[in-house]
Amino acid sequence: MATDGTVRPSLAGAEVVSASLARHRFRPLEGLVWLAMLAGYWLWPEYRPLGSQIFIMCLFVLSLDIVVGYAGIVTLGHAAFFGVGAYTAGLTAIHLSNEPFLGLLTAAVAAGLVGILSGLIVLRTTGLTLMMLTLAIVFVLHEAANKLGSVTGGSDGLQGVTVAPILGLWSLDFFGQTAYIYTGAVLFLGWLFARILVGSPFGRSIVGIRENLVRMRAIGSPVRLRLLVVYGISATMAGIAGALLTQTTQFVSLSAITFTRSGEALIMLILGGVGRLYGAFVGAPIYMLMQDALAKYNPVFWTFWIGLMLVLTVMFARNGVLGLVDSVLAWRRRAA
Amino acid sequence: MTASASLPPLLETQGLSKSFGALVVADSIDLTLRPGARHALIGPNGAGKTTFVNLVTGTLQPTAGRILMGGEEVTGLSPEARVRKGVGRTFQINSLFNRLSVLENVAIAVSERDGFAGRIFRARKAERRAFEEAYAILEGIGIGMEALRPVAEIAYGRQRLVEIAIALALKPKVLLLDEPAAGIPSAESHVVLDVVEALPPDIAVLIIEHDMALVFRLASRITVLVQGAILVEGTPQEIAHDPKVKEVYLGEKSH
Ligand SMILES: Nc1ncnc2c1ncn2[C@@H]1O[C@H](COP(=O)(O)OP(=O)(O)OP(=O)(O)O)[C@@H](O)[C@H]1O
Ligand SMILES: [Mg+2]
Repeated sequence: MATDGTVRPSLAGAEVVSASLARHRFRPLEGLVWLAMLAGYWLWPEYRPLGSQIFIMCLFVLSLDIVVGYAGIVTLGHAAFFGVGAYTAGLTAIHLSNEPFLGLLTAAVAAGLVGILSGLIVLRTTGLTLMMLTLAIVFVLHEAANKLGSVTGGSDGLQGVTVAPILGLWSLDFFGQTAYIYTGAVLFLGWLFARILVGSPFGRSIVGIRENLVRMRAIGSPVRLRLLVVYGISATMAGIAGALLTQTTQFVSLSAITFTRSGEALIMLILGGVGRLYGAFVGAPIYMLMQDALAKYNPVFWTFWIGLMLVLTVMFARNGVLGLVDSVLAWRRRAA
Repeated sequence: MTASASLPPLLETQGLSKSFGALVVADSIDLTLRPGARHALIGPNGAGKTTFVNLVTGTLQPTAGRILMGGEEVTGLSPEARVRKGVGRTFQINSLFNRLSVLENVAIAVSERDGFAGRIFRARKAERRAFEEAYAILEGIGIGMEALRPVAEIAYGRQRLVEIAIALALKPKVLLLDEPAAGIPSAESHVVLDVVEALPPDIAVLIIEHDMALVFRLASRITVLVQGAILVEGTPQEIAHDPKVKEVYLGEKSH
């Protein structure tokens, strides 16, 4: 079979196996990302409050990437879980206890449950139907939060959320020091989990479902169950992100649970790069820093620039900023 | 042979039928596969061969009839459950995981078979074993050197072999091969033939194939399907001399 003409050294089985196992090993570059985030704390103290908001969106977009990028479930409704998490954390703080970790826990459980329950219906469908159903769930929950004013504060938002000091030591202050570290730490854990997930047999099986549903069925994979599990996991992460927003802003507004939030997260993901885990870490900061800068410079037109950027991404960098970096690296390797 | 004849067949269909509206694509098909069977299913385009595979694997629900595996009825079972009972298949048109490596394409099947494909934590050992087994399968069919390449990038003929490797990784008792050499130039189809000939002797193999030379070399029994119904079943000798079969195939060629 010399037909394809490539002469490659025949790797022994053991080498092939270790090379395959090593594909998901941690790389030094990944540590650098976290060092940069830590360094940001001291380098730009005035950006700490924005930093924590960026971390929250990173976590939310990361949860979206697992579902959209890895499992191939193109949803427009992820804000539903973010919002459920946000309100649950707020209500927990007001009615139960303002211990922050308890708020994260109740938010995670509530969002995960809503994820699994809605997944039972939504995941029976695909494509446009799925998009419409997920969108409908956001609208329904938004309207429910609006109408249940006595519980949620309606359009005034949920006021009076307090947060006890983290671990009883650090309270969330106006300068955002604690918030920066707190949200950063939760994001780190979320990333660690996502990182393990996508490198696991489970992660490969959801990629398999994205790549070829028919074949997955033919090799005996319980496809429905897998999708439900990944949807539930992702909803849980989104709920935790929502809880962090509540705790750092000590307030929940109806905007937590809007289509706009779903859409923004999707834009950030596409901007950064879909299905590569780091898309969230590139897309969310770019989007939010641009929003911050442009809103100062020209508050009326900043959405125009965001829109332009999205058009350019979709036209010239189909795989987002990270895809662009990949192409440039590949091109330089070929040129060398 | 006598011992296996007394056991229930690995696969048996009884009066298996399927219609799409007025179109009958499976018309009361009775077919039996015993351990070690090398059974060819032939017939003109659109005869219903792929449909039969889809009915057996559970991708399609029959309008009538029964499917039994090892004497146990599986007609109502999901495709996944049937895989667990030991039925594996390949696809007429490549159905691979395009963005995964060749090795991962096979390992994904091993992990489903061994039941750890849903695991997130503490799967390293199982994962290593799955990769080792997947590599052994690839080496066994002569494409070990492609293991690390994305499957979409390897030569088409070798993709056809990966198609078989995925099914083999399930360690099926019954293997349904839907035109495994489809699209490969006949000068190269011997590669697929060699793989099929080297399959474990005790599994039952149903092979759909258009190339008569291949069919006669591989099969010890042949079923001819025409318009969803069995025209005739017999040994290669009987089929080669059957006037009805000649008519179907000559009739094919004359238009
Ligand atoms: N889902 C479907 N809906 C309607 N008709 C179908 C469907 N699937 C297959 N058919 C029809 O059933 C008939 C049998 O198709 P099938 O694919 O089983 O044939 P085949 O024997 O495998 O042919 P080939 O040799 O071309 O692969 C064809 O006429 C086909 O058009
Ligand atoms: Mg066919």
